[in-house]
Amino acid sequence: MVQKNRLKRSDFIFVESGEAFQPFEYSVGMEGSRFFTELRDRKKFFGLRCPSCRKVYVPPRKVCGPCFKTMDEWVEVGPMGTLSAFTILRFPFIDPETGEKKPVPYGYAFILLDGASTQFQHFLKVDPDWPPTIGIRVKPVFEENRQGKLSDIRHFEAA
Amino acid sequence: MEPVAIIGVGQTAFGPNRKDRTYADLVYEATTAALTDAGLSIAHIDNIVTASNDFFDGRTISSMAVGDACGAAFGEGKSISTVEGDGAFAALYGLSRILSGSYETTLVVAHSKSSEGDLRLLTNVFFDPLTERSLGLDWISAAALQARVFFKEKNIGNIECGNVIVKNRAYGAKNPKAHIKKPLTIDEALRSPLVAAPLKETDICPSSDGAAAIILASESFAKKKSERPVWIRGMGLSADAPLGERNLAESKALRLAAGRAYQMAGIDNPSAQIDLVELSEQFSYQELLWLDELNYRNSSRVNLSGGCLSAHAWIVSGLARMIEASLQLRGQAANQASSVRRALAHGQYGLCGQSHSVWILES
Repeated sequence: MVQKNRLKRSDFIFVESGEAFQPFEYSVGMEGSRFFTELRDRKKFFGLRCPSCRKVYVPPRKVCGPCFKTMDEWVEVGPMGTLSAFTILRFPFIDPETGEKKPVPYGYAFILLDGASTQFQHFLKVDPDWPPTIGIRVKPVFEENRQGKLSDIRHFEAA
Repeated sequence: MEPVAIIGVGQTAFGPNRKDRTYADLVYEATTAALTDAGLSIAHIDNIVTASNDFFDGRTISSMAVGDACGAAFGEGKSISTVEGDGAFAALYGLSRILSGSYETTLVVAHSKSSEGDLRLLTNVFFDPLTERSLGLDWISAAALQARVFFKEKNIGNIECGNVIVKNRAYGAKNPKAHIKKPLTIDEALRSPLVAAPLKETDICPSSDGAAAIILASESFAKKKSERPVWIRGMGLSADAPLGERNLAESKALRLAAGRAYQMAGIDNPSAQIDLVELSEQFSYQELLWLDELNYRNSSRVNLSGGCLSAHAWIVSGLARMIEASLQLRGQAANQASSVRRALAHGQYGLCGQSHSVWILES
């Protein structure tokens, strides 16, 4: 299968853990590289559309499982989305990438980005004045200094 | 045993660092290569067995990350199961599924990326956490202990191992799938720096990234759909006692596994009746030790692919041996031998050959 992905090797992103020890060095792959590059450079979400079932996968992956077909049609989705599931966490969590403790309470959400077929997962801003409900519209808040990783998005919040 | 055939094989090239590919990408590449080789589409595959190791992949249920890539989600989804261990052990599971009568075709696929994890650390956790792990043993230091005992028992040493390295590296240099494609002289092997005495750098297999897949089929399916089936005539699997509780100079598990495979295939003189052997030797001395236990004397007919000393992805290597043996039987191997009718493929897993599987394959 020819990969119609125009990324060059120099486009690869390396995410490091700073002082935190990591026994693993995961490859994000060609598709993941494009996804995180767009997030970092243009604050845009990109997915891949299956040529057969038209499903749009976000984050993108190489193969549509049910169709067993490779995907190469990039589709911009979001940044607006609909909250489809959430919880508010009351116990702390150690970020495995940084070793830092996530302050509580924090929200965790499944978000269906506009134009996507799969759920995108991220933090949800906890705002006592605006308690979330399933179905509300949400938007991402980006960090100023982005490095091509998931935490380039600070969280989603009510739109 | 009812005849079961290998009707398709596929493997990625093996390399030191396939950073541009996730392990799902490697699995997709091996799977589609095997399907193309068999002239089949994923719709023809009844069920799937994957092989992986959660520790190596750095995630639990590591098979889930390759489900899409091996076709397990195709259509309404296929029956999929997983083996944590060598790919040739997964092939036994695949074989059992066909023999159950429930399936006509099974895809067996194995993957690992040595480059994504710290192998010293990941093999250190093979050891007991209370009594062994803190001493720092890993796959290389454990093998050094075995090499020392084996050398003493057989009164051999680095020269005998050097000959194995030179042979395998010469074949590997001509195998486009190999990780190390550079031949080595005996002097270079002997001058290679010590890593864990008596093991030198060149005694140790490379740590590769890669994936391999085979398609197994029932006799009726293979006869209908395959132009060049490779038939499984015998197999044996055996696991040994823990490291400190066995004689490292021998491998009872391999002897038992081979005995079972030979019996099934009607072999009483392996050296005369087996044309070619593909061995899983993680270290040069292991080729000599494993051949002793296989009672196979034609050392020049061993590892024509270059063996694990030329390419070794954990989990994948046993399946790669079955593939290289199958290609020899089909007359399509990189270093094709003449008149190969019956071949032996060997897989191992664990420290110092904890478990072994032996396969007798025929064209």
